[in-house]
Amino acid sequence: MKNLKYTGMVIFLIGLAIFTTTPFLGNVKMTEAVMLETLDEQKLGNLEVQLREQLLDKEFSSAFAFSRAFIGIYEAKNEELKANKEWGQVMHTKSASVALDLSRASNNGIVTQNKWLFFFLTFGLGIIGALFYIIVDLKLKGPPGIKNDGIYHDTATNRGWIGVLTAVWLVTFYIVLYFHPYIMTDAISLTDPVKGLFKEGAMASQWFLYGLLYCTSMLVMGVRMYIKYRHNKYQIVRTTSVLFFQVIFAFLLVEILPLFGLPGRDLKNAMPLDYTFLYKYNIQELLDAGQFGMFLIIWGFVLSIIVVPTLVYFYGKRWYCSWVCGCGGLAETLGDPYRQLSNKKLWAWKLERWLVHGVLVFAAILTVFVGIHTFTSLGGVNDGEGVSTIMGISAFDVRDWYGFMVGAVFAGVIGTGFYPLFGNRTWCRFGCPLAAYMGLVQRFKSRFRITTNGGQCISCGNCSTYCEQGIDVRAYAQKGQNIIRSSCVGCGVCSAVCPRGVLKLENGPEAGRFGNEGPIVLGNDGFQLNQ
Amino acid sequence: MDKIVIIGNGISGVTAARHIRKNSDSEILIISAETEHFFSRTALMYVYMGHMRFEDIKPYEDWFWEKNRIDLKFDRVEDIKTDTKQLVMKSGGSINYDKLILAVGSKPNKFGWPGQDLDGVQGLYSFQDLESIEANSKNAKRAVIVGGGLIGVELAEMMLSRGIAVTFLVRESKFWGNVLPDQEGKLISRHIQKHHVDLRFNTELDEIIADENGRAKAIKTKDGEIIECQIVGLTAGVSPNVAFIKNTNIEVERGIKVNEFFETNIKDVYAIGDCAQFDQGVNGRRNIEQVWYTGRIMGETIAQTVTGNRLAYNPGPWFNSAKFFDIEYQTYGWVFAEKLEGEADFYWEHPKGEICIHVVWDEVTGLFKGLNVFGVRMRHDLFDKWLRDGAGVDEVMANLSTANFDPEFYSHYEKAIVAQFNAETGRNVELKAKKWWRNLIRN
Repeated sequence: MKNLKYTGMVIFLIGLAIFTTTPFLGNVKMTEAVMLETLDEQKLGNLEVQLREQLLDKEFSSAFAFSRAFIGIYEAKNEELKANKEWGQVMHTKSASVALDLSRASNNGIVTQNKWLFFFLTFGLGIIGALFYIIVDLKLKGPPGIKNDGIYHDTATNRGWIGVLTAVWLVTFYIVLYFHPYIMTDAISLTDPVKGLFKEGAMASQWFLYGLLYCTSMLVMGVRMYIKYRHNKYQIVRTTSVLFFQVIFAFLLVEILPLFGLPGRDLKNAMPLDYTFLYKYNIQELLDAGQFGMFLIIWGFVLSIIVVPTLVYFYGKRWYCSWVCGCGGLAETLGDPYRQLSNKKLWAWKLERWLVHGVLVFAAILTVFVGIHTFTSLGGVNDGEGVSTIMGISAFDVRDWYGFMVGAVFAGVIGTGFYPLFGNRTWCRFGCPLAAYMGLVQRFKSRFRITTNGGQCISCGNCSTYCEQGIDVRAYAQKGQNIIRSSCVGCGVCSAVCPRGVLKLENGPEAGRFGNEGPIVLGNDGFQLNQ
Repeated sequence: MDKIVIIGNGISGVTAARHIRKNSDSEILIISAETEHFFSRTALMYVYMGHMRFEDIKPYEDWFWEKNRIDLKFDRVEDIKTDTKQLVMKSGGSINYDKLILAVGSKPNKFGWPGQDLDGVQGLYSFQDLESIEANSKNAKRAVIVGGGLIGVELAEMMLSRGIAVTFLVRESKFWGNVLPDQEGKLISRHIQKHHVDLRFNTELDEIIADENGRAKAIKTKDGEIIECQIVGLTAGVSPNVAFIKNTNIEVERGIKVNEFFETNIKDVYAIGDCAQFDQGVNGRRNIEQVWYTGRIMGETIAQTVTGNRLAYNPGPWFNSAKFFDIEYQTYGWVFAEKLEGEADFYWEHPKGEICIHVVWDEVTGLFKGLNVFGVRMRHDLFDKWLRDGAGVDEVMANLSTANFDPEFYSHYEKAIVAQFNAETGRNVELKAKKWWRNLIRN
């Protein structure tokens, strides 16, 4: 059995190694046809001479090498144009994304020639190996029950060297994905055949690769959840729910809707987590998409303003965070092995409140700026340019700052990249504006609470340790108080790991919601309990 | 201003200190020779098994004590001079007190077995035990555990988590026989065996055999069987840790003798928790209680007394809980191993044999007396109310759905339970639909 587990790990690592090596397997040569087809008129006008001199028909041994050369030319030209104040000629498209388009179209390396093969060697081996590794736990770890043995002895899950290596890999992956996608040209191309299943001959984008990887990781690690918590129906149902919403809503529908000429949107992605909703291009696209587009616009508002707070009132924010959300879904599956690494100290809670509400304020400002710009421009103000500057600040700048700091760095690089170091909910706890918004409702106006079972707590600390949101659950439980915290995502693991049956997630009347007001814990008749 | 000194930083002593601070501005000092800071004794096993780090089982962050002006001293008390109200410290010097609370806990029982003090032989109670079991586990292949109770199962689970095989010697013919009725004992025994523990009933330890270095290398049972092992776990209960008090003026029997106000024979000296021995058990309980919850209740109560509100120990209805490998156990009220005269009982077990419920009531009046549950969670608040109000067994059975505390989506068995209850007892209980549990408390 153990050997089977190790074999699985080896197969997984081979898949991972091949995936990681793909950036070095390219062979990029840009032909004239590709150049003319890929670049628009402005770019061609700016760059054609240099490109013909320096890049055309030259062979590069990787997409990276080609792209660096291209970006050098592109940026230099832009600098020159700016220096000469030829503002009309300055190119606004990100050089990295133009580089990605060119290298995608010009790549003729071993991966691009054998896409299915490499898809199998990376995704295929990764999935097979991981499943082997996971499924043998059915036997290895004994009868169903909480099996957290050795978590703090394992360097993968106790911030040891494997954890650090994993974090380095993940952070690198996110930096490449968000800021230097051309490096993963070959990795993107190996998902072309899968993209082709939706639309013949379609080329995958970096976001398709990411989405596919995201779903795959969730599904495989979802299997792990099913095995680990097979004795706990709440966990089974919840895991099924996050997998469903990720695969159907966040992935398949987004791919399938465009096949019918409809805008592919993730219907469950609520503002302000979905911060691009009010962007002009988005609203414009939805307006252009007829009735369904109109429905999406209305749904977007209804979801955030009515559905979200209403459901939080009845069920707590868990209905979204640990049942529906994509970020939450990844955290609850891929991130589950790291949940104990969240910081439980009081200072971390203080930091959390400043940060997460800070982001919420930032998101509100973004919404105001972008909303005014979008609706004034759609309303024809300033010849359709709209009002883009308020109090001397440009809506485009606010967009860029938010997109960079919150959308990419916080949610991606830190949020997921640092799973093995800070735990699996860093983004959800410290950064997510939707979580902050729902948290306010949950804390002040909701039927949700985690009930503490009278005086049964033995202060062991399992609940606090395995709280991914870093809530010191024990601090409440040992006083007989219920746990009502804005950050609680209702994953139910505190209740699962409790050895004495002390904690239960439940929805009920708001009266008496906070439980024992103390100071005496149930079981002592020498005192009056505050009922 | 009073200076209150507490010896022992377990749950009893620390609860006392916290509540004294809530009620007064007295100077508070907690002395412990075990660890610098309070930790949850019941969670030591999880540190060994790698579920948590030691720092995770400390219920309060280290700044808590200074913030609440609770002084800590990491030192051992060698002697107590009650006439001058002084403690003699191991590190030299002495500490004065105005009021002294002894919360010194227990130590594992040893019954004079030959070899009981060899290396590799230990109990599981203190932080030092955790350190030594860690050391003893290196290169260990098999452990023999002596004593069929809660700590024994915990120790077995710990050993198995490191791949160390376990032989478990139980003197009685069933598991935890002095506490659990037959059916529950069997259920737990099966579960322990399912985890590949070599469980031996009616087997007693005769002696522990040493190797040439004075380490345990095997044990011999009373039947003469030799079992090779590198660790011997002695888990046959605990007894009050009172050796150093025996030389003082404070009256000691098995534990430190106290009345229901925790007052010893010496004025201003009190004892609480595992080490306290009541003249008479309070509210029908044993006269020495060695449970987390009773320690906490005693700490809450003594804090009132030493801050001027003299209160007797008055615990509510009995409750307890434990976990045996994967099966949780809760109990409310009294379910004795042997039914008392005049008691009737009802036992239901799930066909898979890992979930059960055992209810006891008065045969004549129908008064509900107690409940054991395994593999099901029940609401403490409701049972506490039912027991205090003298509810009948029919009321309890009818409201089982509301009393259930299992996580959402769990399978419910109340229908089957009540059906079997009616069939076996001839009573006629109608199971009520689940309602919001607080509605039952208010009525």
